[in-house]
Amino acid sequence: MTGAVSRLRRWYGAPLRHLLALLASFALAGYATAAVAAAGQWRGFALWFGAAIVAHDLLLFPVYSFADRMLRQSLRRRAGGGRSPRPAGAGQTSAAHAAPPVLNYLRVPAAFSLLLLLVWFPLILGLSSDRYQRASGLSASPYLWRWLAVTGTAFAASAVWYAVSLRRPAGHVRRRCGPGRR
Amino acid sequence: MTRKRTPAQGGRADRAAAAALLRRAAASQPPGPFRPGFWKSPLRGLWLTSVLAVVLLAGLSVMVITGLLSYAAYNPRLPHNDPTPGASLLKFYLFSWPTHPAWLYRVNQGVHITLGLALVPVLLAKLWSVLPRLFTWPPARSPAQLLERLSLIMLVGGALFEFATGILDIQNYYVFPFSFYTAHLYGAWVFIAGLVIHVSVRFGLMRAGLRSRSLRRELRTPLAGTVPEDPDPSGLRAARPAAPTLSRRGLLAATGGASAGLAALVVGQSIGGWTRRAALFGPRGLSAAGPGSLPVNRTAAAAAITDQDVGDGYRLVLAGARQVTLTREQVLAMPQQTVVLPIACVEGWSAAAAWTGVRLADLARTAGITSPGPAEVESVQRKGPFRKVVLSTAQVNDPGSLLALRLGGTDLPRDHGYPARTVIPGAPGVHCTKWVGRITFSEQA
Repeated sequence: MTGAVSRLRRWYGAPLRHLLALLASFALAGYATAAVAAAGQWRGFALWFGAAIVAHDLLLFPVYSFADRMLRQSLRRRAGGGRSPRPAGAGQTSAAHAAPPVLNYLRVPAAFSLLLLLVWFPLILGLSSDRYQRASGLSASPYLWRWLAVTGTAFAASAVWYAVSLRRPAGHVRRRCGPGRR
Repeated sequence: MTRKRTPAQGGRADRAAAAALLRRAAASQPPGPFRPGFWKSPLRGLWLTSVLAVVLLAGLSVMVITGLLSYAAYNPRLPHNDPTPGASLLKFYLFSWPTHPAWLYRVNQGVHITLGLALVPVLLAKLWSVLPRLFTWPPARSPAQLLERLSLIMLVGGALFEFATGILDIQNYYVFPFSFYTAHLYGAWVFIAGLVIHVSVRFGLMRAGLRSRSLRRELRTPLAGTVPEDPDPSGLRAARPAAPTLSRRGLLAATGGASAGLAALVVGQSIGGWTRRAALFGPRGLSAAGPGSLPVNRTAAAAAITDQDVGDGYRLVLAGARQVTLTREQVLAMPQQTVVLPIACVEGWSAAAAWTGVRLADLARTAGITSPGPAEVESVQRKGPFRKVVLSTAQVNDPGSLLALRLGGTDLPRDHGYPARTVIPGAPGVHCTKWVGRITFSEQA
């Protein structure tokens, strides 16, 4: 390797094929974006693409993590003041006979319901109902009720599961794989 | 000032200044998410991210392949057929779309849409699992790292852009200020660029991650036995993890369950039959499941078809070596064929039906064409993106390609293209032109 190449490599911080591969990928993306620009649509494209980059990290994540924190706090308050937030925590053998925590039996159906809403909100909220109805000849109005029905079913199924877990002898799963095992 | 120094002196001084700047930046680490202690989930770690990554890698590869095939299905090299002009280098893989198997397009689109929806929870879980890395401080320690992080714009932005535009499009919610076809195709290429580079840079790390823990053991470990992953240089594991509230298998089960649930609530619109009744959320699912009903992509009203267009004054013009004008009765008097073919929409839904009508090849002969090449099919519809399409030689000559006049033994309903529509085996729904007014045949070159 010549001196100049090794200096460049040291400055760059990775083998030069790393640089070439990255430049090639940027070139491909740039070429595709140029086609959007040639179609006269780069402004909207760039705006939506920029929003997509941060949509999860700076928008969705703060919302769902805040909602989850609120849920956990309210369950903790209901469980009674300063007690441990999590009766079934790792290493807490004293909790073996307590009721299993209700948290995940609420979290999972709620997450699924919100996920359905995230994906199907235009139909559920009727945002495109005119267009949808004109195109398909179908009404968009059942989607809200279907979403509510699926949400209700998910919570009901979770409640049944919880009831079953209450009746199961506590700790029978835990013995198989105790705390601290890796 | 720098200009007065020799280049060597300037370079050294610049490097020293840059190093000092970096040190200062590292020391003045911003608060909040940039602090390692901010991220507390005990489930984050290289193993979890790698498991989600390998599922996404498989799923997104299928999305890329079905997506590119979906574009090829339009035969975009024929005139009028390409809704996304430009970037001819990205169209290197195109081939003449086959007419057999007739279910090819139906399955391709069903997989693309259903799998895409099923991957939403996996994508979100993956983004959640790597979120702390967004706040790495300092943002980059070398130009290589900086470029690598910039390439994530193509990956993350491309993935969410493609998912968002696709999901909005299948619900006819056209809020985006661009053509869906253009943006979804070229957005896909930006995403592909990001995916390829990300996989080439990270594949080894993913493999190491997958080997770092046993999947079987994780699936047997309940909440009580759930401990944080071992620290690793990837920086995904929390520096000071909190006590877990969910086991790792619980997170994987919830993600997989959500994927399965999303798919189950939509896949019936692609399979059809009784499963359509289970498709609570397919835009042509349960809602389009009436007895003997066939879903409609675009009603006659939406296409602005008038009584005059399709009433007694309707005439079919066949152009070729000679021009022939026919009434619907005259077309009905020609030899009729019946084929069972699916109508399959780019939006993922599809349904098979029995179509009766005249073979396109027979119509070509009526227009004086003996060995038909590509044909241009035109609707009486005045505007709309696919009112005129060009069928390939293979499509025109396929014995299953009909100008259909009847559907399931009765006259075509107006929403399905009365007085006459084309049905082409294996072609996208929009290439099965409704309310056909004119077909221009050509002799094979």
